[in-house]
Amino acid sequence: MNTPLNSFRTQPDDRGHFGQFGGRYVAETLMPLVLDLEREYRKAQADPAFAAEFDDLLEHYVGRPSPLYFAPRLTEELRLLADSQGNPGGGAQVWFKRDELNHTGAHKINNCIGQILLAMRMGKTRIIAETGAGQHGVATATVCARFGLPCVIYMGAEDVKRQAPNVFRMKLLGAEVIPVTSGGATLKDAMNEGLRDWVANVHDTFYIIGTAAGPHPYPEMVRNFQSVIGKEARAQMLSRVGRLPDLLVACIGGGSNALGLFHPFLDDPSVKMLGVEAAGHGLDGDQHAASLLGGSPGVLHGNRTYLLQDEDGQITEGHSISAGLDYPGIGPEHAWLKESGRVDYTAVTDDEALEGFQLLCRTEGIIPALEPAHAIAAVTKVAPTMPRDSIVLMNLCGRGDKDIFTVAEKLGVEL
Amino acid sequence: MTRLTTTFAAPRPALVCFITAGDGDTAANLDALVEAGADVIELGMPFTDPMADGPAIQSANLRSLGAGTTTADVLRYATDFRARHPQVPLVLMGYANPMVRRGPEWFAEAAAQAGVDGVICVDIPPEEDFDSPWALGPALRAHGIAPIRLATPTTDAARLPQVLDGSEGFLYYVSVAGITGKQQALIESIEANVARIKQSSDLPVAVGFGVRTPEQAAAIAKVADGVVVGSALVEICGEYGAAAPAKLKELTSALAAAVHTARQEHAA
Ligand SMILES: Cc1ncc(COP(=O)(O)O)c(C=O)c1O
Repeated sequence: MNTPLNSFRTQPDDRGHFGQFGGRYVAETLMPLVLDLEREYRKAQADPAFAAEFDDLLEHYVGRPSPLYFAPRLTEELRLLADSQGNPGGGAQVWFKRDELNHTGAHKINNCIGQILLAMRMGKTRIIAETGAGQHGVATATVCARFGLPCVIYMGAEDVKRQAPNVFRMKLLGAEVIPVTSGGATLKDAMNEGLRDWVANVHDTFYIIGTAAGPHPYPEMVRNFQSVIGKEARAQMLSRVGRLPDLLVACIGGGSNALGLFHPFLDDPSVKMLGVEAAGHGLDGDQHAASLLGGSPGVLHGNRTYLLQDEDGQITEGHSISAGLDYPGIGPEHAWLKESGRVDYTAVTDDEALEGFQLLCRTEGIIPALEPAHAIAAVTKVAPTMPRDSIVLMNLCGRGDKDIFTVAEKLGVEL
Repeated sequence: MTRLTTTFAAPRPALVCFITAGDGDTAANLDALVEAGADVIELGMPFTDPMADGPAIQSANLRSLGAGTTTADVLRYATDFRARHPQVPLVLMGYANPMVRRGPEWFAEAAAQAGVDGVICVDIPPEEDFDSPWALGPALRAHGIAPIRLATPTTDAARLPQVLDGSEGFLYYVSVAGITGKQQALIESIEANVARIKQSSDLPVAVGFGVRTPEQAAAIAKVADGVVVGSALVEICGEYGAAAPAKLKELTSALAAAVHTARQEHAA
C-alpha cells in the first residue's frame, strides 16, 4: 500500500494554526484588523498583478536573485578540521545563499516589499514597524521612502545604543525612530509598542512585522514573501550541481530567514535542516535567546509558540550578542517543525558566533552579520562530520557592516 | 444569582474599579475602593508584556513584578478580599500567558477557590476560545466563573455575535480603539455602541478606557450599566504608594456619587 506523502508545506490551517501553535491571540480591537488583513492578503495572493509587481521590485530594486556561492576556502578549512576530528577525507562542501547582497544588506527587505505592496492595496497611508538589529527597520524605512509613505520605527532603547549606524540610516531614509524604554528595552518591547500604536491607529496604519511571528496571517505571509530565498536556492542548486543539498542551515531570531530558505525544501525528504538559535552565554543559565531549546510553549505577540518565560508565565529577557536574535519567542511554524521532527534545532554561544564571524572574514572575504555568524558557527561544527561529497547550504542572510562596533568592542579594539 | 448578576440587577449603574495586584498595599487599596463605593472590583494580574495598556498601567505592572508579585500572590489577594467582602464581585483581568501557564483548568479552579466571579482575558479572542487546549472560557464556565469579553469600536455587527457567544457576567465595552490611558471617546459614540450591543444581548454593558473624572463617569452612567475606571486609580497607586488608600477613597467616592446618581439627574 502506498502511504500518502505527508506534506509539511500545507500549514497553517485556516485559523492560522501550525499544529497546536500559531493562531490569533490579540486584543479584540485588533481582531477585525487581522481578519481584514487576511482577507486582503488572500486577494493579493490570487492576483497575478500583485505577484508581478513583487517579482519586478525584487529583481530591479532589491537585486534578486541573490547568488548561490560555493565557499572554497571555508570548505578547505573545515576539511582540515574533519581530518583532525576523526573524519579523515570528510567534510562537506559549504555553499551560501547570498542574501547579504540584497539592497539594505539582509533578507528583511524581501518581506518589506511584499508587505508595503499589500499596505498600499489596502489604502493604508502610514507604516509602522519594530526592529531589533535595525535591519528590519532599515528595510521598512527604505520601502517607505521608495513609495513615499510616512514611517515610524519602534526600537528598544538598548538596541538604539547597540546599533547606532542603523538608527542613523533609518533617519536618513526619513523614518521616525522611537526608542522604547519599557521592559528590557529590546525587540520584544519594541513589538509591544508597535502593537499599541496599531491598536490606536487602526484606520490608516499598516504594521509591517519583521519576522515570521505575530498573529495569523503574519507568520504565513512573512514566510511566503521570504520563500523567494529557498525557491531560488533550490533552482540554483539543481542547475549548478544537478542535485539538492543535504543540509540547510540558518540562524533564527523570529525565524523568517530560516523559513524562507527551508519552506520550499520541506517536502524533499533527503534534505535535512538545522535552525540555529542564540545560546548567548550558554543554555544552562538564563542569558540566552534560545526559545525552542531553552523555553516552553506560551502566548505572546499574537501567537502560541515557544517562549522564554518563568513558571508564572512572565516573559524573561533573552540575551544574545546579536540584537537580531535577542527575542524571547520564535515564529509558530518553527515550534511546529520542531515538534514534528522535520527540522533540527541547535544553539550557538556569543563566543562561537564571534569565531564564526572572524572565520568567514578571513577565509572568504565576506563580513557577515552577527546573526548568520551563528549559522556559520553551527556549520563549522556539523560540516566536518559529513562526507566529502555532501553539500551544506547556509543562508548568509545579512552583512556585518552594522556589527563592526559590537565586534570591535568584544575583541577589545577601540575604533 | 451570582454576585455579578445581583450587582447589575440593581436599579442604579455600577462603578467598576481597576487596580493592579501587587502594586502597593493591595488589601488596603482594595478596601479603600469598596468603602468609597466601588460596586465591582477588577484586579489586574501583572504581566511583563501588557500590550493593550498605556504607560500608567504598564508602569503598575512593572512595579508589581519588580516587587516580586507571583500568580500565587494574586490568588491570595483575591482569597483574602473574598473573606473580607463576601458580597462584592471580584473580577481578575489580565493577559493569556500568565492565566494559561499551568493550563486553563488549573487557573479556573484556583480562581474559583479564591472566590473570583469573573475573568477578563485581554488576548484570547472568541476564535481561540473554544477548541484549543488553551481555551479559557469553557474551563471558567465549568467552574462557575463568568468569562467577560471585550467589545470595541472595531467590533462590527458581523463579529458581535461571536464575541457575545459564551460571554457571561457583563460585556466590557472598550470605548476607544486604543490602549488604556488618557484618550477619551465621545459620549455620542459610546451611546450608539452601547445601544447596538444591547440590541443583540441581555448582558449588562460596562464602559471603560479613558474614564478619569466624575463628570465623564456620570455621562457614561446615563447610557450604560457600568463605568470602569482604571488608569486614574492606578496612577494614584503609583504616585502615593503607602498613602494611596486615602487618595483612592477621595476619587472613588466622587466617582461613585456621580455614577450612582447619574440617572436621577437625567430623570429630573
Ligand atoms: C541579518 C539578520 N539575520 C537574521 C535576523 C533574525 O530574524 P529572522 O529569524 O526572522 O530571520 C535578523 C533580525 O534582525 C537580521 O538582521
